[in-house]
Amino acid sequence: MAELIAKSACDGLLPLSIGSVTVTEEVPEHLTGLAPFKGQAEALSAAMQATHGAAFPAPNRATGKAGSRAVWFGREMALLVGPAPDATLARHAALTDQSDAWAVARVEGDKAEDVLARLVPLDLRPEVFKRGHAARTQLQHLTVSINRLNDGAFQIMAFRSMAATLVHDLKTAMEAVAARG
Amino acid sequence: MRITCPICGERDRREFYYQGAAMARPSEDAGAEAFHDYVHLRDNPAGVTRDLWYHEGGCGAWIVVERNTLTHEILSTELAEAASLGDAS
Repeated sequence: MAELIAKSACDGLLPLSIGSVTVTEEVPEHLTGLAPFKGQAEALSAAMQATHGAAFPAPNRATGKAGSRAVWFGREMALLVGPAPDATLARHAALTDQSDAWAVARVEGDKAEDVLARLVPLDLRPEVFKRGHAARTQLQHLTVSINRLNDGAFQIMAFRSMAATLVHDLKTAMEAVAARG
Repeated sequence: MRITCPICGERDRREFYYQGAAMARPSEDAGAEAFHDYVHLRDNPAGVTRDLWYHEGGCGAWIVVERNTLTHEILSTELAEAASLGDAS
């Protein structure tokens, strides 16, 4: 067997720090798509709460805490970020292992909102997009999931194959914001 | 232009993909003439029209949008699954 070396999605791209904004890579141990079976949404939410401490999130929201979060991920879909899914969840939902499919970036700093305002067609100011808020939207032309974590930083997820584009777009906007002083 | 997704809320137009007129599909035994209309014939109204839009940059919902082509007003939106487009009979 050849010795293969696993690389993270943003290997060689992150971390990045320009002006007052820093982008670092996060590598959650597991990412699992949860799509509840018909009529099973409430049972799934109860099972998630009991096993992972994170109920099924309402649209545009995330639940749980660092290390075990459930992020709203589209219509009747959530992404479990962190733990391996408990076997009981499979009774109520279709589970999809997406652990290596997403590039996960953490964006923080005084001007993080100013950087993202250049890229994302959403109002991400802290008084509007609060802790625990989550959105599926676009960053330039990339389809992304954006969440505000409990510590106030942004977590941005893009398709792994688009990791370099994600970092390039963030870098361009960070340089432009920093240049304004 | 801003479109209100029934699931995500008000979003920028760039998150949405335009499909075309929101037409109710004729019933199976409606005949060739009705299907000819359904597939090929469209109005081009200067005023209120109903289109299908796909929230591809967001939650992935199909949405029926009622809008005014003269003023660009978005008058109403609803999920396509609630709009009874499946069968006009």
